[in-house]
Amino acid sequence: MKINLNGNPITIKSHSLLDLVLEQGFNPVSLIVEYNQEVVKQESWEHIHIKEMDSVELLSFVGGG
Amino acid sequence: MTEDLLTLGSKTFSSRLLTGTGKFASKTLIAPMLTASGSEIITVALRRVDPRAGQENILKHIPDTVTLLPNTSGARTAKEAVRIARIAREAGCGDFIKIEVITDMQYLLPDNHETLKATQILAKEGFVVLPYVMPDITVTQQLYDGGAAAVMPLGSPIGSNQGLEMKSMIERIIETSKLPVVVDAGIGRPSQAAQAMEMGADAVLVNTAIATSHDPSLAGKAFAMAVTAGRMAFHANLAGKNRLAVASSPLTGFLRE
Repeated sequence: MKINLNGNPITIKSHSLLDLVLEQGFNPVSLIVEYNQEVVKQESWEHIHIKEMDSVELLSFVGGG
Repeated sequence: MTEDLLTLGSKTFSSRLLTGTGKFASKTLIAPMLTASGSEIITVALRRVDPRAGQENILKHIPDTVTLLPNTSGARTAKEAVRIARIAREAGCGDFIKIEVITDMQYLLPDNHETLKATQILAKEGFVVLPYVMPDITVTQQLYDGGAAAVMPLGSPIGSNQGLEMKSMIERIIETSKLPVVVDAGIGRPSQAAQAMEMGADAVLVNTAIATSHDPSLAGKAFAMAVTAGRMAFHANLAGKNRLAVASSPLTGFLRE
């Protein structure tokens, strides 16, 4: 399935947001997921079923001034 | 003197030194710096994670007692700043937001027009908005009308350590602003922080100078002391300058031959 991840088109195997996070090799702790322009709380990741051409942003807080 | 608190939104703070989390050699230096400096507000940034660079979690290095001030760095328009602010709040970072909208990549000077637009939108949504701006009296009044919680004029370009290049304009803003004035960016030394506070600034934000020093805890403490000293001097209402000498000892009764 093709989606847009962090601004780049990619092909994924995952069907849920949780699977996608794990497939991409991220630690769910401290990760922020924006799904089609809406932030999704971590407890809901496994219930969100990704569709073709969805847009997902994986974000985190970093050092900054 | 009664307790001299800084009020931003509905919160009050006893420290007038805001700090940042950028540029530390190790993130483990942040918590000790916060303890040493007594800073109660610290900035963080939001970024896309990069699988190759590894995942960073800056929040675990910041004690719960410290108020997070996410910035909108990376935003080039009001729209992008608004999006970052909403994500930061929904991600549990609270409702403080530092608006930073920049398209000038050489000097990193802020776009006041887009910053004002973002401020107006986010203030209506209940954010405590701290906009980072070029020092401008008219914009400061417009930010006040737009619901900002403070105005953050720059001293000099971000990370430049050049101190208060904008001194005269900042003085005029302090004189006329109805908002608390937080001097942000370019403060490279405690003496420059003290100077801003002596002028009557309500607070200063220092990141680079503390983070890139060899001992951020010691630097943080030095900045905190300078901020306190400058604030006390402001309250003491120091006398002005004289062109000629004015003797401190009596000019009579000299023991002369």
